[in-house]
Amino acid sequence: MITFVQKVGRLGLSICTELGRASFFLSKSVWRKPRTGKKLHLLAHALFNSGVLSLPIIIVSALFIGMVVGLQGFNILNKFAVTSALGSMVALSVVRELGPVVTALLFAGRAGSALTAEIGLMKATEQLDAMEMMGVDPLGRIMLPRLLGGFISLPLLTIIFCAVAIYGGNLIGVQWLGVDAGAFWNNMQSSVDFRLDVMNGIIKSAVFGVVITWMAVYQGASAVPTAEGISHATTRTVVYSSLIVLGLDFVLTAMMMGGW
Amino acid sequence: MSNALIRVENVSFAHNGRSIFDNISLTIEQGKITAIMGPSGTGKTTLLRLLTGQLKPSSGHIYFDEQCINTLSQKELYKTRRKMGMLFQNGALFTHLTVYENVAFSLREHTQLSESMIRDVVLLKLEAVGLRGARGLYPHELSGGMARRVALARAIALDPMLILYDEPFTGQDPILMGILVKLIKELNDALELTSIIVSHDVPETASIADYLYVLAGGQVVGAGAPSRLVADNNPHVKQFMHGLPDGVVPFHFPAGDFMADLLSSEGEQY
Repeated sequence: MITFVQKVGRLGLSICTELGRASFFLSKSVWRKPRTGKKLHLLAHALFNSGVLSLPIIIVSALFIGMVVGLQGFNILNKFAVTSALGSMVALSVVRELGPVVTALLFAGRAGSALTAEIGLMKATEQLDAMEMMGVDPLGRIMLPRLLGGFISLPLLTIIFCAVAIYGGNLIGVQWLGVDAGAFWNNMQSSVDFRLDVMNGIIKSAVFGVVITWMAVYQGASAVPTAEGISHATTRTVVYSSLIVLGLDFVLTAMMMGGW
Repeated sequence: MSNALIRVENVSFAHNGRSIFDNISLTIEQGKITAIMGPSGTGKTTLLRLLTGQLKPSSGHIYFDEQCINTLSQKELYKTRRKMGMLFQNGALFTHLTVYENVAFSLREHTQLSESMIRDVVLLKLEAVGLRGARGLYPHELSGGMARRVALARAIALDPMLILYDEPFTGQDPILMGILVKLIKELNDALELTSIIVSHDVPETASIADYLYVLAGGQVVGAGAPSRLVADNNPHVKQFMHGLPDGVVPFHFPAGDFMADLLSSEGEQY
């Protein structure tokens, strides 16, 4: 029994220590004197790597998810003869939940793992040490643009995901199954509230963006500089990010539904 | 020694509870090539990291150009490091940048030079290491020796006062070894640098070093000109300088009785 308590205590302490280190790392990376336009190309590069390169997987996934929601929704609504509500169903499920969560999970798998592997390899090959030796702070030169790139990319990717998924739902519902286009779009417009649905979805994705990018960059920077260490760090990024996204989604949804 | 650029005074350093250095002192003279040598695991690279402020000593002081490195703030430390260049064991080139951009990196970060000036400086540095023609290549397209020469060009891009070499000769063929030995000597003399070489390649290092320190067991066990250390009778220095397979650094890692180990029937897992 005492051994079990010891183990739980040790685990709690190690989680707190790691969280403290990660928080210190984030604050040191982000809270610094802003540099002028000279470094904007670094942010543009990070946005390209995290955002633009994630677009294909986001668009393809969104299209199929929208199509599946359209198909499933049509079958359910058809039983109650309210297929005209398909537009509302697709839009609400995508904008409120599927958009932010699925985009975040895909982002963690594509961009998060790439960030961890890149930074971990830079550490293993002494590139970060070399930068420090040249009097350049890696936190500002490497970590900060990647963090900002992730923070900005995910909400934008979520908006694109939602738009494509709704188009996928329209493709199945209106173009294939014959739901009236006017009813589809009109019901969607009347039932989706910009602040309660769209903005809350974007807020969720912004929170997910911070958490995933923070996790990915920190795991890379603290990886054991060996092949195995980088592999473990990359796995941790994807697993922890996914779990945190799902847990946070529940918390945020509960807060938003409660009117916070 | 006089005219010291670096003074290490009574420095001790421990890592994970294991003492690496115990109250060592040494000086690095300006304008000279000083080598820090010793068997593997004696903390040569750790000493380099202490000299550059990447690690902090447990006690003692390290002065570079009369500034105490281990008490500087991070900002001051970064500023001081602009006077230093370091050649890492594997080059540590930025893999996403070309050879040209690698050499231009610190110029872009720390100077306001125009693009044409940066181009001239980069080409001069690459010409000095014989790789002007490779400026468009990426690090993965270079051989190990070429990568080290590019890293050397990058290290001297800001015309530092001090250049540190971490195991520059390891894994090089004789031709590249000769090239590196020549480059280190010529750059030190032509640019009036101070050079510190950390190495365990005795003949190559001794051929260009003005002064040698031999480390063993967390202490400086030998110091002097290469010719003096070759004739030194200290058992650590003698074993290292002459490459003797057994001596004060034993061939065997400490273990129990060999026969008892062989006859033991206990299953072991490692």
